[in-house]
Amino acid sequence: MQNKYPLWKNLLLIVITIVGLIYAIPNLYSEDPVVQVSSPTPIDPQTLEKEVQGLLATAKLQYQAITPTDDGLVVRFKSTDTQLLAQDVIKNGLDKQYTVALNLASSTPAWLLAIHAEPMKQGLDLRGGVHFLLEVDIESVVNRRYEGLMKSIGQDLRESSIRYTGIRYVLDKGIDIRFPSAHALDDAIADLKQKLPGLTFAKSKVTTDLTVSLSDAELNTIRQNTIEQTMGILRNRVNELGVGEAVVQQQGATRVAVDLPGIQDATRAKQILGGTATLEFHLVDQDNDAQIAKQTGAVPVNSKLYMMDGHPILLKRQVVLSGDSITSAVSSFDQQTATPAVQIQLGGGGESFFTKVTRDNIGKRMAIVFVENKTAIQTVDNVEKRVSHREERVISAPVIQNALGNNFQITGLTDSKEASNLSLLLRAGALPAAIYTVEERTVGPTLGKENIRRGIISLEVGMGLILVLMILYYHFFGIVANIALVLNLIILGALLSIIGATLTLPGIAGIVLTVGMAVDANVLIYERIREELRNGLSPQAAIYAGYDRAFATILDANVTSLIVGIVLFSIGTGPVRGFAITLSLGLLTSMLTGVTFTRAIVNWFYGGRNVKKLSIGI
Amino acid sequence: MEFFNPNSKVDFMGARKWTATLSILIFIASISALAVNGLKWGLDFTGGTQIEVSYPQAADLPAIRDSLYKVGFKEAQVVSYGTSKDVLISIAPHADVDQTLLVERVMKELPGAVKQRVDFVGPQVGKELATKGALAIIVSLLATMIYIAMRFEYRLGFSSAVALIHDPILILGVFALFGIEFDLKALAGLLAVIGYSLNDTIVVFDRVRENFIKIRRSSPVEIMNTSINQTLSRTIMTSVLTLFVVVALFVYGGETIRGFSLALIIGIVVGTYSSIYVAGALAVVMGLDRKDFMPTARKEIDERP
Repeated sequence: MQNKYPLWKNLLLIVITIVGLIYAIPNLYSEDPVVQVSSPTPIDPQTLEKEVQGLLATAKLQYQAITPTDDGLVVRFKSTDTQLLAQDVIKNGLDKQYTVALNLASSTPAWLLAIHAEPMKQGLDLRGGVHFLLEVDIESVVNRRYEGLMKSIGQDLRESSIRYTGIRYVLDKGIDIRFPSAHALDDAIADLKQKLPGLTFAKSKVTTDLTVSLSDAELNTIRQNTIEQTMGILRNRVNELGVGEAVVQQQGATRVAVDLPGIQDATRAKQILGGTATLEFHLVDQDNDAQIAKQTGAVPVNSKLYMMDGHPILLKRQVVLSGDSITSAVSSFDQQTATPAVQIQLGGGGESFFTKVTRDNIGKRMAIVFVENKTAIQTVDNVEKRVSHREERVISAPVIQNALGNNFQITGLTDSKEASNLSLLLRAGALPAAIYTVEERTVGPTLGKENIRRGIISLEVGMGLILVLMILYYHFFGIVANIALVLNLIILGALLSIIGATLTLPGIAGIVLTVGMAVDANVLIYERIREELRNGLSPQAAIYAGYDRAFATILDANVTSLIVGIVLFSIGTGPVRGFAITLSLGLLTSMLTGVTFTRAIVNWFYGGRNVKKLSIGI
Repeated sequence: MEFFNPNSKVDFMGARKWTATLSILIFIASISALAVNGLKWGLDFTGGTQIEVSYPQAADLPAIRDSLYKVGFKEAQVVSYGTSKDVLISIAPHADVDQTLLVERVMKELPGAVKQRVDFVGPQVGKELATKGALAIIVSLLATMIYIAMRFEYRLGFSSAVALIHDPILILGVFALFGIEFDLKALAGLLAVIGYSLNDTIVVFDRVRENFIKIRRSSPVEIMNTSINQTLSRTIMTSVLTLFVVVALFVYGGETIRGFSLALIIGIVVGTYSSIYVAGALAVVMGLDRKDFMPTARKEIDERP
């Protein structure tokens, strides 16, 4: 019983320690508030740098450094206050094409970043920011799909001269078609099966009714596509808001979580995220009198009655151009009237039709309709229901002077805020379904700093007490356990950094708790060694027996805690998950440090020689 | 340094009738507290809005309540949060008012206050979370019980599960008795207690298994006593060390994780007791015997590296 570790084992432990240290180091470097300037088009970095320098000098704002990046540059500041001021200055001073975003950048040296040694991300409760959980109104997409399907079924049946007496959409069921005879029903099934694949047909047992519904696979595809599209659009919008490191991810079947670190203005963030504003262009119906239509209520079939500045106006139903065809929109001011305007650029297919229509209708009027889908909650019979309605407003109806090409400007918006929101939403694209907030959490930056401070103090005090008691109680072995405890923190920190975990306050609590639980392994081993010494075993034999016998217990004890950790992780969200991850990983690393590392040190100190007495406190 | 007599021979099992009575009494008290007071569910489970604000000087809570009452927030709860300058305002879910508008309306009534944190949870999300939380507790209990039954013996699995139910109920009882808010983080603490309390139980059971094989001429009660005595110094050392960090979290960790750290403090104290008296005593009462360990236990030992 020599109590010697083979060389490879010692070397492996040294390698783990060094790697752990390297990957944990970035967490010690502070994070600087930065303003990121980026451009979608290639730019000359030096000109941009001079421009930004000039803007900051005029505003008398102190900055730490300006570093060029692939698509722009990054300006570092000392405090978040200066950073916020600087963002406004740079945003207003620079050309509109630049995205000016707030962010935090680590001051980690480049050689560490080169081997992907990056600090842990801080959660919103530590950094400050806004968290949204958004519910996507997926059923409305399914409903729309059914309504479209109903139209095409009717059309198909008419084309095939199959008579039906009624067709309607039954919510959650499908499209119900009534036929005059069983014969017509069978014909219809044969016809529709061929024309519209992927549908489920169910004959009624009693009547000559047919229910056509979308298959489950089809419904799932619609749902998943809607969620993915929504997340794509939300990402665009978050980028437009100028938030670096934002997180947009699916949560459950119908929800999307959005984390916006550093953002304080929840109101604007929500307007932008949930905004459905878009534009539609319609020709004005000048063949009929809008005034008469309003008084009599007799609106021509192909037109719709709107109000503009208190006057009625008839618009043709056909959409000449919709928001989908707009590739770029920039808010500005009209040069002549100094009113808010949006510069529009077209692309993506709709523009040729638009040019043709405007060319054919020179001298006539065309209306621009501002469309917004709004959801309101109504309580009907004590049941909360979300009712969405479409808000339409004619913002202007100018006379077409000449054929409109890909670039033009629209005016008539309420204020410059509406202009900037509209342009942003047009750029980012329209949401496929309405979304509404089911959870919203905002944390101020001072509270975030306070939370970090609290977490660190708890760790320092708790760990300090443990370190002292361990040395008092177990002497040399206590020191060994303490080294293992510190190593455990380092390796845990490195592991969390490597997997890119987000650190939250409950996450820190998990780390603190791990420290308390990790030391248990050493207590178990040391108590066992003491016991074996009392039973008369020699020091070397006692070390061997102590480690050997305590290991099975340590393993069993940790497995149960791990089971709980896994359960927590699988059911929890955000902060609870953070706690589960740090606790579980901490237990795993503590098995390595508490058992293997301490054994290595003890072996190195006592192993392979004649020992009379162990310094273990008895 | 040694705090404990290495040859201690405390007759733990001798007191088992008393402690069983005590456990049952505390258990009943906890259930009654839960039944009478009910658990004060946190925002995470009920849904609603919470706004944390801070004032430059001590906040005048009655005045805040008054002004909020006047503008229609009749059910708003206003309490100080950590310090006298920090205030937490909780508002039940308002279906008809947009969340952002609601916060603006509240903030307008609080001149001089700085908004620190706003939490809004929709009622639907809260309900789902409560279901998930209950599920988590049940799954954790079952999974750990199965593990112990597999590794040790079914009686030990069952009695440790009883000890595990005992601990969370007691924690919930304390939360109900003192009207402490039970939020998602407290639930996380509760689950951590299940894991921790089991550690203690396993250490004792491990020794019980070992002693049943090693010590031939002893009754199950004596073996249980010896095992508890042998592991006593470890049990107390670990509890004290873990208590250090958890108390540090309670004192310095701030208001947001106070429920979490409190659940852990109670859990560690109670868990130490329950692993000795509830789990150990119950297994003996259920007729745990040497022959239950002989064949499987041999196998375990052979499997060790």
